[in-house]
Amino acid sequence: MSGEVAVLGVGMHPWGKWGRNFVEYGVHAARAALKDAGVPWTDVQFVSGAATMRCGYPGYVAGATFAQALGWQGAQVNTSYAACASGSQALAAARAQILCGACEVALVVGADTTPKGFLAPMAGERPEDPDWVRFHLGITNPTYFALYARRRMDLYGATVEDFTAVKVKNAAHGAENPNARYRKRFTRAEVLESAMVADPLRLLHVCATSDGGAAVVLSSLEYARRHSRQAPRIAAISTVTPRFASTEVEMPDIATDSAATAAGHSFRASLAARAYEEAGLGPEDLSLAEVYDLAASMELDWYEYLGLCQAGAAEALLRSGATAIGGRIPVNASGGLACFGEAVPAQALAQVCELVWQLRGEAGARQVKNARVGITANQGLFGHGSSVIVKA
Amino acid sequence: MSEGKRVAAIEGWFSLEDPPHLLGSRCRGCGTYFFPKLSSYCRNPECEGTSFEEVKLSRTGRIWSYTNACYQPPPPFVAPAPFVPFAIAAVELEAERMIVLGQVISGVDVSQLKVGMPVELVLEPLYRDGDTDKLVWKWKPLAARA
Repeated sequence: MSGEVAVLGVGMHPWGKWGRNFVEYGVHAARAALKDAGVPWTDVQFVSGAATMRCGYPGYVAGATFAQALGWQGAQVNTSYAACASGSQALAAARAQILCGACEVALVVGADTTPKGFLAPMAGERPEDPDWVRFHLGITNPTYFALYARRRMDLYGATVEDFTAVKVKNAAHGAENPNARYRKRFTRAEVLESAMVADPLRLLHVCATSDGGAAVVLSSLEYARRHSRQAPRIAAISTVTPRFASTEVEMPDIATDSAATAAGHSFRASLAARAYEEAGLGPEDLSLAEVYDLAASMELDWYEYLGLCQAGAAEALLRSGATAIGGRIPVNASGGLACFGEAVPAQALAQVCELVWQLRGEAGARQVKNARVGITANQGLFGHGSSVIVKA
Repeated sequence: MSEGKRVAAIEGWFSLEDPPHLLGSRCRGCGTYFFPKLSSYCRNPECEGTSFEEVKLSRTGRIWSYTNACYQPPPPFVAPAPFVPFAIAAVELEAERMIVLGQVISGVDVSQLKVGMPVELVLEPLYRDGDTDKLVWKWKPLAARA
């Protein structure tokens, strides 16, 4: 298909709480991806950075910041910001440049250095900003995660045991991932003994914030052929907004849209639907999925939004073992955010890195057998969809 | 504790009358409700409306979901010392077909809540500033005693 581009290489800086400048993580990941691709930095024609809002001006202009740190070489540059979906937008910008013929090979980079504790809003009294208002009311990020979790319990019979089983599964996956921050095989008892954060979710059900970096080298299919590279291909990138009336309770909003006069729509279901449509593929074609498990319970929501099962059937799918490595459709083989934590501009790219390693059969002890097609799902605050399909 | 002055913690989002209401707006073109109030351009993509009326939203609804805050939230939340965990509910308003978040009244914890439970809107202090109670809307289970 003419809309496809090749992923020549991927690379990461291990996630952690290293406390160093985010640029170091980005350059480390970029050099690893370039080496993996066999592409010299000086051949890169387009640099696409995912911005961070927590590291001052260099973070706002991340594309140029990484280009300077790698050594100015005159490439065209772009920076994208879309909260947690920034990586997908940076990827989409690079793909667009390649597909319109403006360049043949592009480097996409995201990296972050995060403070401790809750992600807090920007300073100052700003009652016109819903993000400020909800923190003023005491509504933090885990509040939203817990609202979805509790609704599953009351509506579908999900249990805290199910949420804990997701965490234990992903911890076992991440234990085999050298780039993961948490590589401990947490037990059920350890999860259930951790402090309650937002009932029913405990500390070990909720993801942390991390430092980390990820990078991807993209090229035209023609460039990949010329360099005799058999590379996985990007078959779809979905960056959709919600559709009015959006009826899901979305961070950071205090209220949903009103569906009194317009039909209601599910944003999270729509972002994967758009990716499937573009790729001409469906959930039945998937070998694996990397999803946005801000909390263990939200992984169950994503099974349904991705169409891996019907609404209300995610608990049964989990309990069947289908979503663990070795099962029919492994989810978060990388360990997911449970093992990585959020490094906002890097996380959507990290999901793509995992799909590429899996599709190349290079994922070691966490390898999904015969992986052919993978999907990512992620979402950025304030209405940024993010879903990427990669195929072998 | 002495009775303090009562003012809204967030200006213009709810009325201080008895009984109180959330203050939203409704597009004069398509009839869509908005909360918080919208007064510029209608967000329904099929509507080019620019004229809105202020409306009091339904002050009763049903719990869509609920949780609590066990850890003290960061500023701009103003925490009492010592911090006391509080419950939070997302409530579905039937006429507006909209879900609105808010704290649950003090003294009610998650074990007393259930998806689908009817609740009503009341005002309670969000925090106290000197001799002034900064009020905010909270959800109160209709079954609960005052």
